[in-house]
Order: sequence, then C-alpha cells, then structure tokens
Amino acid sequence: MTLKAQSAQKTETLAENIDSSVVKATVIDSTTVENTVVDNNAQSSQQLSYRHAFMLVLKRDLTIAMRHKDDIINPLLFFVIVITLFPLGIGPEAETLSRIAPGIIWVAALLATLLSLDRLFKSDHIDGSLEQMLLSPHPIFVLVLAKIFAHWLITGLPLILIAPLLAVLLHLDENSYTALFLTLLLGTPVLSLLGAVGVALTVGIKKGGVLLSLLVLPLYIPVLIFATSAIDTAALGLPYSGQLAIIAALFFGSLTLAPFAVGAALKVSTN
Amino acid sequence: MWKWLHPYANPEVSYHFTNKLLPWLSALAAIFLGIGVVWALLFAPADYQQGHSFRIFYVHVPAASLSMGIYFAMAIAAFSSLVWQLKLADASAAAMAPVGAAFTAIALITGAAWGKPMWGTWWIWDARLTSELILLFLYLGVIALHNAFEDKNLAGKAAGILTLVGVINIPIIKYSVDWWNTLHQGSTVSKLGKPSMSLDMLWPFIICFIGFSLLVAVIICLRFRNEILARNSIRPWVRELVQKQNS
Repeated sequence: MTLKAQSAQKTETLAENIDSSVVKATVIDSTTVENTVVDNNAQSSQQLSYRHAFMLVLKRDLTIAMRHKDDIINPLLFFVIVITLFPLGIGPEAETLSRIAPGIIWVAALLATLLSLDRLFKSDHIDGSLEQMLLSPHPIFVLVLAKIFAHWLITGLPLILIAPLLAVLLHLDENSYTALFLTLLLGTPVLSLLGAVGVALTVGIKKGGVLLSLLVLPLYIPVLIFATSAIDTAALGLPYSGQLAIIAALFFGSLTLAPFAVGAALKVSTN
Repeated sequence: MWKWLHPYANPEVSYHFTNKLLPWLSALAAIFLGIGVVWALLFAPADYQQGHSFRIFYVHVPAASLSMGIYFAMAIAAFSSLVWQLKLADASAAAMAPVGAAFTAIALITGAAWGKPMWGTWWIWDARLTSELILLFLYLGVIALHNAFEDKNLAGKAAGILTLVGVINIPIIKYSVDWWNTLHQGSTVSKLGKPSMSLDMLWPFIICFIGFSLLVAVIICLRFRNEILARNSIRPWVRELVQKQNS
C-alpha cells in the first residue's frame, strides 16, 4: 500500500467517525491502534462503578471549591450580615428577637443558599465540562447527585455550623437549639436539591440571576413553613416530630426525584 | 387505541380543529354564563348567615377550582411534551399559563373582597390562601421562564420541567382545608353524597361552574391558535392563510 492510499483510507475513517459519532465501532480495520484505544475507553468506563463516579465528581467539585475559598466564605458572610441587620432594624429587645429568630435564621439561610446556587453549574457550563459530563456513559443521576452533595458540603454545612452562634445573638429560646440544628440538617439539603433544578433550568440564560430566585423561592416555601413551625413548637416545649417528619419527607422526596429533573433540565439548557 | 389522536400532532390539523371548536364553545359559554350569572346574582336565595355577600362565591369557587385545574392540565401537557416530544403540547402549555395565572389572581382577589366583611380582614396567612398565593408565584415563574428563552422549543421544555416540579403544590392546596384546621371554610359543594348546600343555591352554582369552564376553554383555544400560528409562521399553510385573509 502506498503512502497516499493509506492517508486516503485514514481520512475516510475519520469522516465516518464524525458521521457516526455514536457508533464508534464502525471504525474500519487499518486503524487497529485507534480501535483498541476506543475499546479500552469503553471498558474502563464500564468498570467505573457508580460509587466511583460519584466520588470522582465530588472530589473534583470540592477541590475546585477549595481553590476558590471566597466562594465558600462569601455566602456565609452574607448569612451573618443579613442576620445582624435584623436586630439593628427591629430593635435589640430580647423578647421580640427571640420570637422572630427562627424565621430570620431560616430566611437568611434561604437567601444565602440562593446566592451560592449560581456556582453549581455556571462555571462548568462556561468551560464546557458540563457537556462532557452529560456525554459521559455514567447516569446523569449519579453525577448530578454528587455535584449537589458537594454544593451542600460547601454551603449548607458551614451554615449549620455557624447557626447556633447566630442563634445566641438573636436570643433564641434554649429549648429550640436541637430543633434548629435538626431542621437545618434536614432542610438545607432540600434547598440545595430544589435549587439545583432552578439553576439547571436557567444556566443557559444570560441574565438568569433574578429569574432563578423567581423560580426557586416559591419551591422553598414549604421547607420554610415547617422548619420555623418546628422551632417555634420546640420553644414551647412541645414535641415537634411531626414537622421534622414532613421535612424529612421533603428531603427524601427531593433526593429521589430532583436529580431526574436536574438531568432533564441540563439537557434542555445545554441543548 | 390512541390512533385517532395522531393527526392532531400536525399543527395545521389542530389549528383547523380549534377553529371548528371555537364557535360552539363560545356559544355554549355565553349561554351557560348568561343563565348562571343572572340566576346566581338575582334569583338565588341569600345565605341566612352571610346575606348577599355570599354571592361572590359563584365567581370565587369556579375561579379557584379552575386555577388548579388549569395547572393540572398544564402539567399533563408538559409531561406529554417531555415523554412523547409533542411540540403542540408545549404550545398548549404556553397558552394555558397566563390564563391560569389570571384565574388564580381572580380567586385571590374575590376571596379578599369576601374576607373583608366576613372575617374582618383582607388577607390572612391561612394555609389555603398561602398555598394559592404560591400557585400564583409558580404560574408567574413558568411564564417568566417561557419569556426568558429565545427558542420557543427550549422554552417549552424548560417551563415543562418547572411545571412538573411545581405540581406537588396542587394536592396541598386541594386538601389544605382538610389537613389544617384553618379559617377558610371546608368544601361545601363536592362533599360526596349529600352536598351541604341547598339545591336552590347549588343549581346556579353548577351552571356558573360549567360556564366558567367553557370560558376558560374558549380563551385557551384562542391563545392556542395564536401560539400555533406564531410558531409555524414560516410554514406555507400559514402564509396561504394570511394571503387569504388579506385578499
């Protein structure tokens, strides 16, 4: 075979590759080297278990977050500042403050989560890695769940850790601390999960920020209602397991369903 | 089984079908609303407790039920558009959203107008009122998402996903009066077996309800027709239609 013929064959195979990008197996004989590479790829991706894929995405997102530390700190600072604004605006009376403390803490948590949501898919969408994730052979469910879990670790968890401190500033009733902790523990993942749906829908839109809050905040209302109700009930010394159970139901419901919605929305947004 | 439905996936067929449907629907809506409203406002007996102010209920209850019904219909359209990739289902969902938002607003406003003399307040943070308000926000979010995309197909898909996520609110509104003991009264009309309403009041209500449902159908048909034309404006059949109109 002459050199020319060989190169012609190569270009042929290349063209076919482009034509049938889905069916990689159609690459013809002469390029056996390429063939084996493709096979290897397919095999290695099959060997990658769901857990492994989940951990990889999680690690990647956490590493990125650790390299941009202000992304973690800024929403947290926002949370703290919003909460300090309320005693200044309403007045420092301990009774009033302890009455409205659950609502303030939860509303501030909602807004802080909302601010941090943008980062969930935006940068990945801009640099194209989001499309690569969607093209990968792993189910979107697992990848999306990993990204949302990473988001919660970065934003939800610090919020939970700092909330008791702010509760002291707001003179929250002593009986309510456990309730505050438990509602935040169950509720902030719901915020991340539902928020992810909104972000996935708006990630392709240029000015999606205001729209995002318009879409997501109505979905947050049930969490807010039951969380603050649980904290208020706890302040009276009554059992609040009913409200906690409903928040837990919201958590498991969104945990199982939201990633599907996020996956579908991402497919729409990335077109 | 569903084969008779298949031709309607074609925009042109659907367009002509809505055209045929419209005069019938509008005539029926006019008849039912005419009879129902006159009967309800002039001839139905006044409530022994609430006097004449209860008559707003003939507008309020149909509007509130339809606000939920339209959302549910929108969710079904969104679902079928996502599953079977029906583009017309997107168009119908887009046609329904503003109508639903308007009826939710009507339900809230008439409710407030009724609440002022009865409860002594325009608004109260009651479970049903709040969940209806959330429904309004959901409608507005869906409309905003529709408007945010340049590409109508993408807009329909994105809004469809949001619609399906928000559908969880519908049972909450429906059963909020049963689940939470609140100020809003329980349902009087649809109690199984024996409605807790006298028949002189019930009949005009049923006619009003059918009338308002038909009115919604008419408005949605009109909007749906426009959506079809807007989305298919480059198709030859739409051009022919326009030329026929102009000549």
